[in-house]
Amino acid sequence: MATAALDPAARQAALLEFLLRIGDNTLILGHRVSEWCGHSPALEEDIALANTALDLIGQTQLWLGLAGEVEGKGRSADDLAYLRDGYEFRNILLVERPNGDFGKTLMRQFLFDAWHYLLLKALKGSSDTRIAEIAEKAFKEVSYHLDRSRDLVIRLGDGTAESHRRMQEALDELWPFTGEMFMSDALDAELVEAGIVPAPESLKAGWDEIVAETLAEGTLKKPADGYMHKGGRRGVHTEHLGFILSEMQFLQRAYPGATW
Amino acid sequence: MYAQMVKTDAARVRSLDEMDPVERAFQERIDAGQKIEPKEWMPEGYRKTLVRQISQHAHSEIVGQLPEGNWITRAPTLERKAILLAKVQDEAGHGLYLYCAAETLGISRDEMYAQLHSGKAKYSSIFNYPTLTWADIGAIGWLVDGAAIMNQVPLQRCSYGPYARAMVRICKEESFHQRQGYDVLMKMVKGTPAQKAMVQDALNRWWWPSLMMFGPSDDASVHSAQSMAWKIKQNSNDELRQKFVDQTVPQAKYLGLTVPDPDLKWNEEKGGYDFGEPDWEEFFNVIAGNGPCNAERLNARKKAWDDGAWFRDGLTAHAEKVSDRRTAAKIAAE
Repeated sequence: MATAALDPAARQAALLEFLLRIGDNTLILGHRVSEWCGHSPALEEDIALANTALDLIGQTQLWLGLAGEVEGKGRSADDLAYLRDGYEFRNILLVERPNGDFGKTLMRQFLFDAWHYLLLKALKGSSDTRIAEIAEKAFKEVSYHLDRSRDLVIRLGDGTAESHRRMQEALDELWPFTGEMFMSDALDAELVEAGIVPAPESLKAGWDEIVAETLAEGTLKKPADGYMHKGGRRGVHTEHLGFILSEMQFLQRAYPGATW
Repeated sequence: MYAQMVKTDAARVRSLDEMDPVERAFQERIDAGQKIEPKEWMPEGYRKTLVRQISQHAHSEIVGQLPEGNWITRAPTLERKAILLAKVQDEAGHGLYLYCAAETLGISRDEMYAQLHSGKAKYSSIFNYPTLTWADIGAIGWLVDGAAIMNQVPLQRCSYGPYARAMVRICKEESFHQRQGYDVLMKMVKGTPAQKAMVQDALNRWWWPSLMMFGPSDDASVHSAQSMAWKIKQNSNDELRQKFVDQTVPQAKYLGLTVPDPDLKWNEEKGGYDFGEPDWEEFFNVIAGNGPCNAERLNARKKAWDDGAWFRDGLTAHAEKVSDRRTAAKIAAE
């Protein structure tokens, strides 16, 4: 590890990879959440979801902007968002899951928010000040996202029989996509060593605690930890991502070089 | 204009001498420029007219999320996506203030939704047109928000306090939206020939529906006369339309676009443009439900409401449980 940590090129590659992972998470989840615009079950939810999507897209601009800077090839946040193909995306599979009913959307948000919150909290202390600064700003927003999604999971879990059933189904369906948040590889190790990012597995205990408390309060049953899907972090995605990108990237692809 | 052809139940506008003392006192307050507040006495016709107008306005904001929301996932840059999201979010917020303003008149939001979903309550005809290209997002900001501002600026002086105050906040945001819409188009007309063609195509499709937003000429309308007497309405539809054309045509020229009206001509004498007549048959068809997107828009709203019933019921049930538990805990403690 010590040798690897001294190699600036390896460090830069690992840093770029990390920034794509976090920036692609916010980009793809922001996209999914924004699909609800005008279609959610209550006007207050339309406003809240648009707000969440807006925060996530704003964070994407910062993370991918920094990724472009670190890469040093003149690519902007927009270039990275709009001109990469699916295999180059590094988001976890959880965030590309289809919205489903509003319960699935909320459960996905909660499971992600709890992790995102802990990750950003740790990143505020990153040895890379550029990362620490972005995390500082994003942490405030995500604290609110977590408050909100946690509260709704509890209320709907402990609501009617139907809302309980839907939330439990959402949890059971999404659970196998949560393991990827805590997996790590050599690139993570490189950055952990340098104090730039927390070890992914170090966030697991805190996440388990938030999730366990929330589910208990919402009278929901935590699924058994069985097989966990993975692949997104190294560019192997589900079929859903291609459709997200073909929609998102349509104008940039159809009119190459145009400015908007 | 987000409220079109609002009925007042009036057969004709009555003079002060024909009113009983209570109504006369009410009218005199309006004539003196005073604001009417929720708990104060008001004629039933005034109340009903405001409910119709404010709810129609609120419904327009809510349905208006759909044509623009249609492009959020396809916005061409992260910045444009963020701006559009913020705009659509503002519109939902406007809907919220307006429903709250209408609720002060003794109708609930759920009742207003039921009227929208049954087709009894209308929303602006403009939102029944499709957004086909990214330039439509710019055109809506520029033309549709521009037309809405024409109507809403005078509404800040409306006699009903809650509506007038909601308008002050809404107008600030709408002006911002209009500038953003124009900025989308500015960027595109300076771009490639394909982008410029897209902008011209958008203007060709949105020009006439935007002029229709003001509604047909209402110089002979008893409803408009009554609304004006109540200071719910301040200008005639034709006055606002003229103002809109006079403001917008130079902006179109600045963008290098051709306004799709062969009769459009500067009239030195009146100090404004002469322009052609919108296709009112099309307008009445759209109002009657035959516009290109009426079915989609209404179905989307109904689906959102129906699919969300379990969510709303769940929250209500939880709130009741919490309240029951509190009561039980209180009894146990006593």
